[in-house]
Amino acid sequence: MNTTPALSLRNIHKSFDGIVAVEDLSLDVKRGEIVALVGDNGAGKSTVVKIVAGVHQPSSGQIRLAGELVHFIDPSRSQAKGIQVVYQDLALAESQPVYMNLFLGREKTKGRFGKLDRAGMIAETEELMRELNVHIPSAKSTIRKLSGGQRQAVAIARATHWATNLVLMDEPTAALGVTETSKVEDIITGLKARNLAILIVSHSLDQVFHLSDHICVLRRGKQICVAQTKQTDKNEIVSMITGLKASSR
Amino acid sequence: MSVRSKFRRIPVVGQVEPSTYVVYVGFLLIFAAFAVLLRDEGFLTVSNLLNIVQETTPVTVMAIGMVFVLSAGEIDLSIGSVVAIAALLAAVVMRAHNWTLGVAAGLGAGAVVGLINGALVAYARLPSFLVTLATMGLLAGVARRMTNLQSVPVIDTTFTSLFGSGSLFGIPSLVLWTALAVSLGHYVYRETPFGARLLATGDNPRAARAAGIKVDRLRLKVLILGSTCAALAGLLYLGRIQSARYTLGETDLLTVIAAAVVGGTRLDGGTGTVLGALIGSLLMGMLNNGLILMGLAVSEQMVVRGFIILVAIVLTLREPHRAP
Repeated sequence: MNTTPALSLRNIHKSFDGIVAVEDLSLDVKRGEIVALVGDNGAGKSTVVKIVAGVHQPSSGQIRLAGELVHFIDPSRSQAKGIQVVYQDLALAESQPVYMNLFLGREKTKGRFGKLDRAGMIAETEELMRELNVHIPSAKSTIRKLSGGQRQAVAIARATHWATNLVLMDEPTAALGVTETSKVEDIITGLKARNLAILIVSHSLDQVFHLSDHICVLRRGKQICVAQTKQTDKNEIVSMITGLKASSR
Repeated sequence: MSVRSKFRRIPVVGQVEPSTYVVYVGFLLIFAAFAVLLRDEGFLTVSNLLNIVQETTPVTVMAIGMVFVLSAGEIDLSIGSVVAIAALLAAVVMRAHNWTLGVAAGLGAGAVVGLINGALVAYARLPSFLVTLATMGLLAGVARRMTNLQSVPVIDTTFTSLFGSGSLFGIPSLVLWTALAVSLGHYVYRETPFGARLLATGDNPRAARAAGIKVDRLRLKVLILGSTCAALAGLLYLGRIQSARYTLGETDLLTVIAAAVVGGTRLDGGTGTVLGALIGSLLMGMLNNGLILMGLAVSEQMVVRGFIILVAIVLTLREPHRAP
């Protein structure tokens, strides 16, 4: 069995014009595992996601994908390595149908004149939605006609479809209501079965405990601990987030 | 079963929302009204109907270009000036050289203007409204200077027959140009990745960029396309009128935008149809034709036309496009 982590961060350091955003972060995410990044506002969670996605480049430290050292100079490079990001604010084209969003930038075509293979894209979308248990009126519905939860489900489905290694999620349910959040959480749990590595940023501890296998706590850019979710509790995590408890690592 | 189809799919037009029917219904209603009201003035004769299509060909070609530009979230205000420049340049070149060189020069001028507009929009990150507003005025001045306000006649019969008065199997060449532009435009817009990407870019440039689409290059391409369509429109005017003047295309900009928008293309990008633009353009031409046949004074024509466009736009755009 391959135990090399899908994503391995070692001593990641990032500063913006002298201001330290992330200080000495080391973290592993294995396939089939969900790791949650938690911390107060400004703790550096989103910076970590952006570094892995290739939006920012670390000032120092190493990123390894399945053991291979990588340097992403822009997001297209991380995408090429099978990393997909789900953003809080739904990076979807709202007037376009679900299936076009799913295949945006990677449209299926047929024939010599590069004709869009709509039927093929629709069929593949419907199959993916069934597999992920995503309920939408139709693969042909425009995004505008979907609820917030359905939209985020589409965004997650798209990320899942194109990610071969790792899915990054930055507050995937922050914009959603209670029922919708729980539906999206069910979809995220289902992704583990697809043997993807998942790194999720969330400020909801309920969600973190419900979903994750490991929790990484950041405070002001410093890594406080990486705990196994089953061996910790909310009080301990809260005290680490707020700084009442020092690192156990 | 979690996925089921709820929306009607109309062949050719594709999946349409009720608001995009409006132009087709409106077109038929006005057509029917004219057919009844003007039955003695010859509105419903084949030659008059073909005449409407021929008169609107340049506007149709520009409106199709405009559908692409608007769908990508941009606008091109300089098309009217490009019409004059392309026609004048082609006519001047044709005086001394083969007509093919003239056509190439005219289309080339359009492409170059589009390239300049597009580069300023895509790479200098300036809004296309302002960039093309400036080039519109600038090029209108250039068009006046080119021949010192003089018109330039074209006598090459191959050109005038191909781009104007000729016909093939009894079908006037301008009707064929319309058919060619519409079918080619429709195919590229509806059936290719380029069309899908420009819609996504107009809809949500951030999402498009996140999906790996080269948004800047796409904006450049679409402005070159729009401007080249305007240059072709200039050649089609030249072929029909057989003389180039700086006034060609001067008043077309608003007609073109109205044709595209009434046809169901959003000014704010992300939605549009090429067939709708054809119908919108024919609607404009039909209004012109019918109101003249009715014997209305120019001032009355302007009022009626403006009113009908307003109604059409209200009906087309009533549905909120996206949350504010």
